[in-house]
Amino acid sequence: MSLIEFKNVSHNDILNHISGDFKQNKITALVGPSGAGKSTTLKHINGLVSADSGDIYFKGKNINDFDVVTLRRGIGMAFQSSPMIEGTVYDNLKLPRALFNESLSKEEAVTLLSDVDLNQSFLDHPVKKLSGGERSRVALARTLVNKPDVLLLDEITASLDYRLSREIERLIVKLQDRHNLTIVWVTHNLEQAKRVSDDIWFLSDGELIESGEVDILENPKTEALRAFLRSDDY
Amino acid sequence: MSITSLALSLVFVIIPLILTAYLKLGLTKDILIATVRSIIQLIAVGYILTFVFEGQNAIYIILMIMLMIGAASQNIVKKGKGIPYITWIIILALVVVEVFSMTTLVVCNIIPFTPQYVIPISGMIIGNTMVLSLLFLNKFKSEVNQNDEIIELILSFGGTPEDAIKHSLKSAIKTSMIPTIEAQKTMGLVQLPGMMSGLIIGGGDPLEAVMYQLLILFLILNTAAVASVLVGYLSYRHLFNARMQFIGIREDAK
Repeated sequence: MSLIEFKNVSHNDILNHISGDFKQNKITALVGPSGAGKSTTLKHINGLVSADSGDIYFKGKNINDFDVVTLRRGIGMAFQSSPMIEGTVYDNLKLPRALFNESLSKEEAVTLLSDVDLNQSFLDHPVKKLSGGERSRVALARTLVNKPDVLLLDEITASLDYRLSREIERLIVKLQDRHNLTIVWVTHNLEQAKRVSDDIWFLSDGELIESGEVDILENPKTEALRAFLRSDDY
Repeated sequence: MSITSLALSLVFVIIPLILTAYLKLGLTKDILIATVRSIIQLIAVGYILTFVFEGQNAIYIILMIMLMIGAASQNIVKKGKGIPYITWIIILALVVVEVFSMTTLVVCNIIPFTPQYVIPISGMIIGNTMVLSLLFLNKFKSEVNQNDEIIELILSFGGTPEDAIKHSLKSAIKTSMIPTIEAQKTMGLVQLPGMMSGLIIGGGDPLEAVMYQLLILFLILNTAAVASVLVGYLSYRHLFNARMQFIGIREDAK
């Protein structure tokens, strides 16, 4: 069942008439060469940018009709560099609630950490001392604070080595299963896309060239995707 | 001071010119332009001030202040390029700081509303606001550019633009205020401040000179706080749109 639907969405010169959907409780990987419009597509979903034309529907309702705060609190997003505010892991986990003067108990924070396979000793850890992998896990735990239906992941393993990337992949698949999440995952790594995703969107030059189940990467229908699979661009 | 004495003081310009030429620093043209410009500008200001002081007309005072605000804002706006409406924000900040300071000084009978007092003190207020605004904008732009992911992260949690930019804003305000506070701590120990030195050289009573200098110090501290807070809080809103989306600093903005 479709949870998010793009209808003829265009944005500056970055996206051109994108139409397609993201299915509920599935992982969809957005793949394509640099500058294809993958991150911009992601930002449209939680209203960090708006389409110049076309419409985006979330749970059947046009996202322009949502209160922007309600929309964003229901959609978690993790960024490439796992940005952190100064302070401890606990300070960062509290952030999504603190913005609304709401509290996050230590017990809730410990549960979130265990969700991402970190023990409670990390709670008072200064974020400056976290390794790359730990930082990614904390960033993921933080996106779960608001109990979102959707997770948007923007190249979150790009700066990690192969072993850590695989660990984060397994973790995300586990979280998706445990929390019934719909995940849209931007990745430049085609092998990763094959391992983790149910569906694929292949974008190039701001156009959605091909989409469907993950096996389109094995049997591409378009010359553009075939060329991309042959290239070293990923 | 006679014209001859002033002409003799040009020896202090000749020495740096010789050094520049000898060391091939490539600053000869700049030194010559700076010297000629400062002579022309200050002589022009001298004549204008003589005219204004003799006229004792409130309109002349206001015109002089407007001229200072115009020149200062033109200088600051260049540094704020990329922040929408920065010209108007700077003009507003300069006007608010100047009007508030002068009203307080005149209403509380600290200084009389005469050109001899109002113009030099306004010059110090406006000049100081200009320097602090330049410092603020420099730091603010670099903070915003460096922290764009943190800004979008906070927005993605449903935070407001103010939540998202608070850290960058506070850091820039602090940066622009610290030099003023630090300078006050060593005031009188390392060097005698300009206004006080001027009054003493002009034959004034040192204690009265100290009192005027303290007045200026307190005014400048107020200027530092009010100008950076005003410029900061009026600027940041224009880096976001009504849908709470981060537009960022656009170098093509007017």
